Amino acid sequence: MKDNPSRPLYLVPYYLWIVLFVIAPIALVFYFSFLDLTGAFSLENYKNFFSSVYLRMTLSSFWYAFVITLITVIIAYPTAYWLTKTKHKQLWLLLIIIPSWINLLLKAYAFIGIFGLYGPANKLLQTLGTGPWQILFTDFSFIFVAVYIFIPFMVLPIFNSLDKINPALIDASRDLGASAFTTFRRVIFPLAINGVKSGIQAVFIPALSLFVITRLIAGNKVITLGTAIEQQFLVTQNWGMGSTIAVFLILFMIIIMMVTGQKEKGGSDNGKTK
Amino acid sequence: MAKLSKSAKIYLILVFAVLYAPIFYLIFYSFNSGGTMASFEGFTWEHYGAVFNDTRLLIILMNTVIIALLSSLFSTAIGVLGAIGIVFLRNRKTRNTVLSLNTILIVSPDVIIGASFLILFTLIGVKLGFASVLISHIAFSIPIVVIMVLPKLQEMSTSLIDAATDLGASKRDILTRVIIPYIKPGIFAGFFLALTYSLDDFAVTFFVTGNGFSTLSIEIYSMARAGITLTINALSALIFVVTLGLVLGYYFFNQRTGQSPGTGGAKL
Repeated sequence: MKDNPSRPLYLVPYYLWIVLFVIAPIALVFYFSFLDLTGAFSLENYKNFFSSVYLRMTLSSFWYAFVITLITVIIAYPTAYWLTKTKHKQLWLLLIIIPSWINLLLKAYAFIGIFGLYGPANKLLQTLGTGPWQILFTDFSFIFVAVYIFIPFMVLPIFNSLDKINPALIDASRDLGASAFTTFRRVIFPLAINGVKSGIQAVFIPALSLFVITRLIAGNKVITLGTAIEQQFLVTQNWGMGSTIAVFLILFMIIIMMVTGQKEKGGSDNGKTK
Repeated sequence: MAKLSKSAKIYLILVFAVLYAPIFYLIFYSFNSGGTMASFEGFTWEHYGAVFNDTRLLIILMNTVIIALLSSLFSTAIGVLGAIGIVFLRNRKTRNTVLSLNTILIVSPDVIIGASFLILFTLIGVKLGFASVLISHIAFSIPIVVIMVLPKLQEMSTSLIDAATDLGASKRDILTRVIIPYIKPGIFAGFFLALTYSLDDFAVTFFVTGNGFSTLSIEIYSMARAGITLTINALSALIFVVTLGLVLGYYFFNQRTGQSPGTGGAKL
């Protein structure tokens, strides 16, 4: 690196990476979305996407993602809140995060056993008096496992933003006569909203594109945008249609990022680990 | 600080129980001499024996580790250089553009990364298998390394570099003697994350692996689709222990170097 400082040689691999693996793949997906099965240029895929089949699939994908995200927030918020109040909170947080490091496939596999016809979930139900149920391959098992998998990703950003709140603000609110609920509604919640937003970002988009859990746990009954893309690419071999769905998934992703986006002032950046 | 109420404690215990139940459930049945995950018949090591006697599985395990090590080495090298380049970009606009390009692969769903890489490899003629999997893992790990290294670089005072220059250090010396030692914790964090991301990845690999080459995730997926075998349980118990070791090791390493933990990041 002795030459021209404005164009350092050591940056070549990195820029090459950007061009080859960031820009080119996106461009290719857009390009392929305009190709039909024979490889000719057409708008057929887009026309198909707006047919009732794909629209219904998109809607149901959104509905599942919405339900999954909502339940995850409801479970993760109190968890994060009380975690900030424990002793050794960093260690407890780490213990919440560790399951997220375990391979997704293994967790899904565990649930095949747990929810199976002779698994512990059904045994519990039987001792409670209601006979064995088909739990696996239902909406319930799908949503349960998805929520299970996303909880750490929701707890982490909420924990980080709650943890940053200056306790003096809460004391002040209590001293001024606010009830615990009012303090939460008027002080804690607004200050930690960015963590919730990052959590939603970290859960909603992956929930739209899940395909492992749908295949293993939902038994192909639930089709998300991710499942559809995988199907088109690897089973039907219709790369054009797969790309079109991918284009829409990218669009939805951008919209979600904009909606949950944070202003670059003050207490931002307390969400996804950076 | 207010103490936790009883209900709060019960709630947290419940959450922890649910989070760990599936993992311990898997490990528990890995010692079951019966063939199912439904009833425990007796204690046995046979499934662990099965893991170590299965040459195919061992080869796949080796593939997985080799891919993880190689991809994290390459991505760390490229990512560190990239991060250094970004920090020295004078033009704010260019820097922001590069940074947003950098983030794209982190926020994109794996399905899209996988599908678009599949198109790319097919078009430029990379044979699907070891090479395509390795290249993909390098590609999706680079932005993570950059993001782990950047904060360290940004907190480094430029006067350090000025001082080195004044003292007559060459550019290479500045890089190897000043910058790299200073950002070492960031480099380690990046390497570690790249390693775990590679070990963990299923979706991207699934798209670009073709026939004949397989990593652990892919193998577990096809085994799980075929039904329950306790070999997977034994395997997952081993993976759990290794993962736990890595994460705790990383945590205490970070504690020692005075950083906050919790650098997991959402990735599915």
